[in-house]
Amino acid sequence: MMSFENVRWPEIWDATKDTLYMMTASLIFTIVFGLMLGIILFLTSHRQLLQQPIVYAVLSFIVNVLRSVPFVILMIMIMPVTKIITGTTLGVEGSIPPLVVAATPFFARLVETSLREVDRGVIEAAQAMGATKWDIVRYVLLRESSPGLLAAVTITAVTLVSYTAMSGVIGGGGLGDLALRYGYQRFQTDVMLVTVALLIVLVQVLQTIGDALVRRYSRK
Amino acid sequence: MFDRRGLQLIRLHNIRKSYLVGAVSVEAVRNVSLTVQMGEIFGIIGHSGAGKSTLLRCVNLLEKPTSGSVTVGDVELTGLSERQLQRQRRRIGMIFQHFNLLSMATVRDNIAFPLTLAKLSKAEVNKRVDELLKLVQLEQHADKYPAQLSGGQKQRVGIARALANNPDVLLCDEATSALDPQTTNSILALLLDINAKLGITILLITHEMNVIRAICDRVAVIDQGEIVEMGDVLQVFLKPEHPVTRDFVDQVADSGANGQLLRERKGRLLRMTYIGDLTYEPILYNAVKPTSVQFAILQGTVSRMKQTPYGQLIVELIGGDEEIERVIAELRKEGLEVEAV
Repeated sequence: MMSFENVRWPEIWDATKDTLYMMTASLIFTIVFGLMLGIILFLTSHRQLLQQPIVYAVLSFIVNVLRSVPFVILMIMIMPVTKIITGTTLGVEGSIPPLVVAATPFFARLVETSLREVDRGVIEAAQAMGATKWDIVRYVLLRESSPGLLAAVTITAVTLVSYTAMSGVIGGGGLGDLALRYGYQRFQTDVMLVTVALLIVLVQVLQTIGDALVRRYSRK
Repeated sequence: MFDRRGLQLIRLHNIRKSYLVGAVSVEAVRNVSLTVQMGEIFGIIGHSGAGKSTLLRCVNLLEKPTSGSVTVGDVELTGLSERQLQRQRRRIGMIFQHFNLLSMATVRDNIAFPLTLAKLSKAEVNKRVDELLKLVQLEQHADKYPAQLSGGQKQRVGIARALANNPDVLLCDEATSALDPQTTNSILALLLDINAKLGITILLITHEMNVIRAICDRVAVIDQGEIVEMGDVLQVFLKPEHPVTRDFVDQVADSGANGQLLRERKGRLLRMTYIGDLTYEPILYNAVKPTSVQFAILQGTVSRMKQTPYGQLIVELIGGDEEIERVIAELRKEGLEVEAV
């Protein structure tokens, strides 16, 4: 029988709150920036409303670059930028900029893919009604792809949970930080197990809520 | 009300549309000119790939013609800025083969969509949507989503949506091609009704001759991007000249007798055409009665074109030449068109 003598529950609870805070804050920024970037990617791509091959190629290249850098490296690389934005590279605040920078291109690609699924005929019908491009984005693209966008938000939220855990490596705070400091550096396996279990629960809850929302709003 | 029928509402002048497929330029529409009059139902028929869909999309500039001009009412659409074009498009409704409804919006919201785009107030939108739901008989389905509707119901939503801003013109892109025959008939009846009640001019494309026969006043036959025949439906139907037109007419003709059978007959073969109320009169019987001529009907169609009854028979007359001539003279006197086959 394993004992949990090293586990200090108030500390675990604080770390859980930190993780939730980091995930929620970075998710909100990611949705705002990623949605904009995803829409621009979609609109400027081949045969779409604002077809701009050069703009698309440049944005696509930047997105690919950001997505190819492992998160741990990216965090370290953008530390100077993080410092300018938040005044620190440590703790919960210091983790949010790298989380947003890492998740935004990922989410933007998911947005682009969801928008591609929208029936071209419906876009054509809106054009025939005299809709402007902005009308089409607002009333057709976002509305028609909303189940896909909800699914994309869910996947991104789950990805952010695992990124927050990694941000522990540079003193990011949260459950990952706890697992690293106690579980790895002080060989307190019980602390590590508890944090991992909490991360698993968090991911399961997020995915279940996301799936339920997608089901609730699907009309096909 | 001032009757505006007969005025030219849509004028397509020398429309060309070519695409680049790889490095090769393909001409989808070649130098098409046509005019559609106010209040009429004009049909364009062609096989798939003939360019009819591209031509229809040139009318509201969903496809920009490579050259040529499009005028609807007194506005030349080809000369407008994007903003002005968007405004003009509200006067041109359009329905589609695959309906193209917003899947995430209810029937009510789908119909309200063009009104929202036109920035009507909420109260005005609701009032107009209620009228339109009634017009297309979907009052009980207002809160359903398109996925819960049948094909015919979806097309009714499409029609209501297209009519929302009181357009002058309704463009129909193969509007019944995805529907079964019975539903097709009910949608065609609705289009006829709209045309008669609201005076909306309809320009439709189809590959089905029965659609043309059921509701069109005039028809253009398109083949390889060119109009090969155009005129009143009745005239084109009864006297098709171009081979493609004949193909389409054969779609709806009862092919009781083939060439082989006709060649083997010994008597005099005649094609008789009835138009209007004559169709239901015993003219043939009355013409042969005083003579000893006998007749056999080898092939025949009696039907309606829009509101006009018509019949076309291929008849073999057996008897003496002189008596046959007398029968033919009598038939012509009654107003039938008679010609030797």
